[in-house]
Amino acid sequence: MVPLSYYLVLSGILFACGVAGFLIKRNIITIFMSIELMLNGVNLSFVAFAANWKALSGQVFVFFVMVVAAAEAAVGLAIIISVYRNRETLNVDRINLLKL
Amino acid sequence: MLHLILFSIFAVLAVAGAINLLIQRHPINSALSLIVVMASLAVEYLLLGAEFVAAVQVIIYAGAIMVLFVFVIMLLNAGEEERSEGSRVATMIGIPAMLVGSGLISWILLAHSNTQAVPAGALPGPPRTIAWLLFHDFLLPFEVTSVLVLIAIMGAVVLAARPVSSPPARED
Repeated sequence: MVPLSYYLVLSGILFACGVAGFLIKRNIITIFMSIELMLNGVNLSFVAFAANWKALSGQVFVFFVMVVAAAEAAVGLAIIISVYRNRETLNVDRINLLKL
Repeated sequence: MLHLILFSIFAVLAVAGAINLLIQRHPINSALSLIVVMASLAVEYLLLGAEFVAAVQVIIYAGAIMVLFVFVIMLLNAGEEERSEGSRVATMIGIPAMLVGSGLISWILLAHSNTQAVPAGALPGPPRTIAWLLFHDFLLPFEVTSVLVLIAIMGAVVLAARPVSSPPARED
C-alpha cells in the first residue's frame, strides 16, 4: 500500500526536473527531451489518480497523451533536422534571428 | 510493504535518471538516462495495476520515441553542449526554481492531502477493459487522434525531406 501523495510527489519532482532542463539546457534536442520528461511526470499522476478513484478513463487519457507525444516527437525532430540544415547548429543561443 | 520497497527503488531510479539528464553534457547520455526514467516509470505503472499502460510505455516511449531521438542525435552528429553566458543565468535561476518548486509541491501534497493509500493492483487495466473504453466511450477522440497522427506523419515528411528541384537558399 503506497500512499497516493508519494506518487504525486514523484510526478511533481519529475515535472520540475523537466522544467529545469527546459530552462538550463542549450542543446535543442535535450530541451525536447525535457518536454518528454514533463509529459511522463504528468502521465504518472494520471495513472495514480486512476488507481485511487477506480476510474479507468485516466489510463485511456495516458494513451492519448502518448499518441500526442509520439506525433509531437516526429514533427519536432523533423523541425530540428530542418533547423540544423539551415543554421548548422543545435545551440539555441545561436538560433536568434528573431532576437532584437 | 513489498510494494513500498519496489516503489521506493524505482522512484529513486527515476529521479536519479531525471537529474542525470540535467547534468550530462552530451545529448546521447541524456537520451539514455531518459530511457532509464521511462523504464522505471513503467514499473511504477505495473505497481498501480496499469498493465496496458506499462506495456505501451515500454513499447512506444522507451522504444519508438527514444529510438527516434537517438536516431536524430546520430544523424546530426550532435556533439557536446556548449555553455554560454545566457545559460549561466538560467542555471542560477533554474536550479533553485526546480528545488523550490518540487519542494513546495511535495510539502503541499504530503501535508495537506489525505494520504489515501493506493492499493497496488486493485484496479487492473488489462488491454480488454482499456479497449472497451477506447472503442466505446472514447471513440470520437480516438478517431481524431488518428487524423492527428496522419497529419503528423505528413508534416514530418514535408519538413524533413530535402527539396528536390531547387537547392535550399543559404542566407547567411
